Amino acid sequence: MASAGAPTAPEKLRMTQSAHSRPGRPRENSVNSEEAATKFRVRRLAAWFGSQQVLHGLDLDISKQRVTAIIGPSGCGKSTFIRCLNRMHELVPSARVGGEVRLDDEDIYGPGVDPVLLRRRVGMVFQKPNPFPSMSIRDNVLAGLRLTHQLARAHANEINEKALRSAALWDEVKDRLDEPGAGLSGGQQQRLCIARALAVEPDVLLMDEPCSALDPIATARIEDLIHTLRERYTIVIVTHNMQQAARVSDRTAFLLTGELVEYAPTDRIFTAPSDKRTEDYITGKFG
Amino acid sequence: MLSAAPGGRVHGRSAGLGERLIEVGLLGCGLLSIFTTAGILFVLAIETFAFFREVTLAQFFFDTQWTPLFADKHFGIWPLVSGTVLTSGIAILVALPFGLLAAIYLSEFAEQRVRKVLKPALEILAGVPTIVYGYFALVFVTPILQAMIPGLAGFNSLSAGMIMGMMIIPMISSMTEDALYAVPNSLREGAYALGATRLSTIFRVVLPAAVSGIAASVILAISRAVGETMIVAIAAGQQPRLTLDPRLPVETMTTYIVQVSMGDTPAGTLEYRSIFVVGAALFVMTFTMNFVSQRLTRRYRSAV
Amino acid sequence: MKHTGRRGVVIERLFVALCLGAVIVPLGLLLILFADVLSDAVQRLGWAFLTSFPSRKAALAGVYPAFVGTLYLSFITAGLTLPLGVGAAIYLEEYERRGRLANLIELNIANLAGVPSVIYGLLGLGLFVRIAGMGRSLLAGAATLALLVLPIVIMASREALRTVPLSLREGSYALGATRWQTIRQVVLPMAFPGILTGSILAISRAVGETAPLIVVGALTYVTFLPDSLGAPFTALPIQIFNWVSRPQAEFVLNAAAGIVVLLGTMLALNAAAIFLRNRYQKRTY
Ligand SMILES: Nc1ncnc2c1ncn2[C@@H]1O[C@H](COP(=O)(O)OP(=O)(O)OP(=O)(O)O)[C@@H](O)[C@H]1O
Ligand SMILES: [Mg+2]
Repeated sequence: MASAGAPTAPEKLRMTQSAHSRPGRPRENSVNSEEAATKFRVRRLAAWFGSQQVLHGLDLDISKQRVTAIIGPSGCGKSTFIRCLNRMHELVPSARVGGEVRLDDEDIYGPGVDPVLLRRRVGMVFQKPNPFPSMSIRDNVLAGLRLTHQLARAHANEINEKALRSAALWDEVKDRLDEPGAGLSGGQQQRLCIARALAVEPDVLLMDEPCSALDPIATARIEDLIHTLRERYTIVIVTHNMQQAARVSDRTAFLLTGELVEYAPTDRIFTAPSDKRTEDYITGKFG
Repeated sequence: MLSAAPGGRVHGRSAGLGERLIEVGLLGCGLLSIFTTAGILFVLAIETFAFFREVTLAQFFFDTQWTPLFADKHFGIWPLVSGTVLTSGIAILVALPFGLLAAIYLSEFAEQRVRKVLKPALEILAGVPTIVYGYFALVFVTPILQAMIPGLAGFNSLSAGMIMGMMIIPMISSMTEDALYAVPNSLREGAYALGATRLSTIFRVVLPAAVSGIAASVILAISRAVGETMIVAIAAGQQPRLTLDPRLPVETMTTYIVQVSMGDTPAGTLEYRSIFVVGAALFVMTFTMNFVSQRLTRRYRSAV
Repeated sequence: MKHTGRRGVVIERLFVALCLGAVIVPLGLLLILFADVLSDAVQRLGWAFLTSFPSRKAALAGVYPAFVGTLYLSFITAGLTLPLGVGAAIYLEEYERRGRLANLIELNIANLAGVPSVIYGLLGLGLFVRIAGMGRSLLAGAATLALLVLPIVIMASREALRTVPLSLREGSYALGATRWQTIRQVVLPMAFPGILTGSILAISRAVGETAPLIVVGALTYVTFLPDSLGAPFTALPIQIFNWVSRPQAEFVLNAAAGIVVLLGTMLALNAAAIFLRNRYQKRTY
């Protein structure tokens, strides 16, 4: 990878280099310190599909190397929100975004930012596992690098193994790396998609209901995985499952019809929510 | 036992004889298509068997000349096959890049509104009668090509093949576009989320996922070119010749059938039977290709 | 790091342009084709061209018998293929939705749609002209074309029948109607516009067919009109083929004019189909 020599983790997003494009922030090392550095700074974020506005001015900061859960009733805009964080929202024709999202202090909607480069830093895992059907397990893991022409053949096996180990899938598939990725079980497919996202070496991992298609055992494995990944990545996870949010996340945001109702440390949200609507939702009185 | 409402009857049959006759009649209509296939097989088979009572299989498969209409008769099928392969080959060389790129445009780049206009517009190409294309190839394209390519005969497979290619573009573009369109969006999003560009998403994810549908469309298009008659009959010539030189006149299998039919060939003669033999060979070729194409289509429909 | 950058953007734009070109160029060629035909045709087109018999003198030769032959052919073909095709479609959609036989018929129709038209010509020659003893007649030609377009009619009719909602059929059954009564009085009237549109398009396809008619034995030089189903005949595409094949260059103009008449006929049929579709589509039940 051409960037191997870059000293700091955040890679530049701009297509054309400008001298002041990047404040040289040092990497945050103290994983456990309470006040973690901010990864995403979201201000007045609004999003539309055609003329229908689905996000109404969200403000929140997402901490680095923390797990942030997004909860809320169906249709409230959770997916839309996280898709605004890696600029996937704009792939829908007629979709539009307003407001500001800063990643490591750089405006990702600023002029000259290439969404393609952004997405290499902000990986995503989808609700339904979507391994590429024409590719083997190994090729699926390496797909991100192949698709972006960054793969040095010499490192392929190494990267493949590392990503699969990180996704806790290596032991299950190491003898069948050349079989099609679509031949795995649903839970394995989802971990394959996580490995695929990790192989690109992002700093952020967005997960949109990653366990909703999985059984409890597969779900537990993914949650364990999130625990270990938390040390190296900033994770934003959308979930419908309250217990899951409580188990895996540090902070939780509750969205309702496109507005941020409450955003607080997870234990506070689940034990002493300050908003009545949050309480109703997590106790199941809602909708 | 339940009794029906006063004056009403619930036993017996409401569907009388008429109703059943109608069903039988409709069944007959449905069976007609099977009779058609049977008829084709029957007609081709009896004349083919009669043909091979006079001509040996060795003469048919190992001779390199096809001259059933001359005094010195040869019955080697290969000149006709080569003419067919050559014209269809040129056609597919033209149609494949155009068809694929057009399909990619319609499925991946065009706005819904533009797509709704351009797709049927392209399909007009396949609806123009082939006699019109034959005219265009002979009267318009060949003179232009002759000005550019020395040694190009007035009848040649190049011009006929190119125009045939134009005709089959929509076969490839429409079916390929269907196949691309059927690739679930989640795969595209998966690629984009990894930081792939649009182009690498198309070439490395979408096209590979649609490959059996694309193959089906190409095979069907080749089959169509092999069975196409009037363009080659008009513009490629009527001289059976074992060559792959696109500048020379050739004769395709279909053209031979038309050529003999134009004259008044009495039934029962060897010439008359020879067109059924060529027809049988043509049927086997196109049937095989259509069959493979259908198999592939079914595969991608069930896979996606 | 390597990244898309400006170069990537430029390459992508170029590729999009290339793809668009692949749509535009064939359409442009089609326009050139029409323009070329039209410019050749103007010298011959006129009332006289439509009402003259063929002649050895190119300037006097017209398409009268060929045009009439095409009209006769299309009416007879429609008369043969419509009842059979719609009947088959009704059987497949209303009686025998799934089951071995329906599967077999379905598979068979799909295969027939891919058989080259010249082979239908051989079928017509062997079956209608010889075995059935129709000779090289109008009826043999029309019967051949009818079999040729039968798969199209069946497929179009099935589509149309499928658009009739199940609830309407159930409504009719709930009133105590039999299956055929339901089809006759509820299903067919609703599916009729769709069936008609598809069938007209199929006939338009038949009008443009050349090879099967040549094989069945259409004549190329006809100085009379067919007076019965058993009469010899010619048709527009055959006449055009004859003119294109002549060595004398002036007949090329006749061919072009003949093509304009042929395309005009097909265009009229297509326009009728579109008109009917739009007209009936507006009606909501
Ligand atoms: N492609 C689209 N086009 C138009 N509207 C859309 C589209 N996708 C989502 N919406 C609308 O945007 C709103 C938010 O959708 P979003 O998918 O973000 O909800 P969500 O919170 O993720 O719901 P779920 O929990 O069901 O996944 C909904 O009202 C939805 O109807
Ligand atoms: Mg969602």
